[in-house]
Amino acid sequence: MIRWLLLILGGALLGGIVHLATVIILPRTATQDAYARLSPIAQVNTVVALPAPTPEKAVMPFMDPAFASAVCRYDLSQGPLKLTVPVSPAYTSVSFYTRYDVAYYAINDRAAGRRVIELDLMTTAQREQVPEDEEVTAADRLIVESPTPTGVIAIRAMAPEPGLLRVAESLVAASKCSTQQPEPPPRAPVRPPEPPRPRR
Amino acid sequence: MRLLFGTLFGLAVAALVGLGLTYHALTRGTAFGGLSIDSWTAWPKTGTVDADPYARASIARTGRLPTALGDGVSFTLQSDDEGKALDGRCEVILSGITPVARFWTLTLYNPDGGLVANSTNRYGFTSQEIVRRADGSFEIVVAPRANAGNWLPTGGVERYELVLRLYDTAVGVSTKAGREVPMPEVMTRSCP
Repeated sequence: MIRWLLLILGGALLGGIVHLATVIILPRTATQDAYARLSPIAQVNTVVALPAPTPEKAVMPFMDPAFASAVCRYDLSQGPLKLTVPVSPAYTSVSFYTRYDVAYYAINDRAAGRRVIELDLMTTAQREQVPEDEEVTAADRLIVESPTPTGVIAIRAMAPEPGLLRVAESLVAASKCSTQQPEPPPRAPVRPPEPPRPRR
Repeated sequence: MRLLFGTLFGLAVAALVGLGLTYHALTRGTAFGGLSIDSWTAWPKTGTVDADPYARASIARTGRLPTALGDGVSFTLQSDDEGKALDGRCEVILSGITPVARFWTLTLYNPDGGLVANSTNRYGFTSQEIVRRADGSFEIVVAPRANAGNWLPTGGVERYELVLRLYDTAVGVSTKAGREVPMPEVMTRSCP
């Protein structure tokens, strides 16, 4: 009898460990998370407009039908990303998610304070290579650091009335994300390739 | 033989307990740090990097992108103020005001997060569309059949949930339930 009780107790303790392990591992093994759902339709480092959710079909669950949305699935391994989003008359927001769909930053049109939201997305390592010029940084470059080299940016513009959805869609579609050329580091001038030597 | 049987039994208990707990935690949407105001619940922390492992697992399982905290806060409603689960065959009345936000939207979803088909193609309201009383309060009727005023059709589904999203709001991680965060009252009026 005691033997069985001990077995149940031991099993329950082990079960607790199994539970914690599965919860922690799940985001890394999920095959139907938002990133996986977006991967087939969204090319890397390009803004792709998402179709409005309908009862029959939606890219992701719990999408807000009052918004026109687009995503930029990014990969920073080739260099930092430049993002420009024109602001709609109502409300525009840009949210940043890691590869595992954790939101790490968001900005809206009012916080940006301009007609266009412009920012640079880079990894911590790339940030460290940006020359420290505080005036430039403070004045016109909003720099966002991504905790993971890949992830998703969600660009969303609100249509306060259904009739305004077209306007919001066109604004969202006009946003751009692209990898910028890495800042040219000071280095020796590149020599043009030598012409092949004429044979004698 | 007894040892083998005992070990197998222990492992079976472990698997049952472990996976059962995980399944239960993820299907019930439990996460720490929930902000409950009347029957509405939000998890502001889920929209930040401080999201706990349960929130992360739940996000991955459902396949949604959570509302980032810098964007807004989502409040979910699954039952009325008396604890009765929202029923699409009944008339449910939402009345009152919302916390201060630049915009809000109210959307009706099925439990899987999909929109619910209806004859008018209305899936929710935005703060701009709503008809208000003189004092700024509003009343929304969530019902299967047409109603005067702000009618949100349920399509007659048995279970649904309502999500109230506040955009550009001061409500956040440090918010406590109180007078600054008034949420609409929810009453089930008539059931067939």
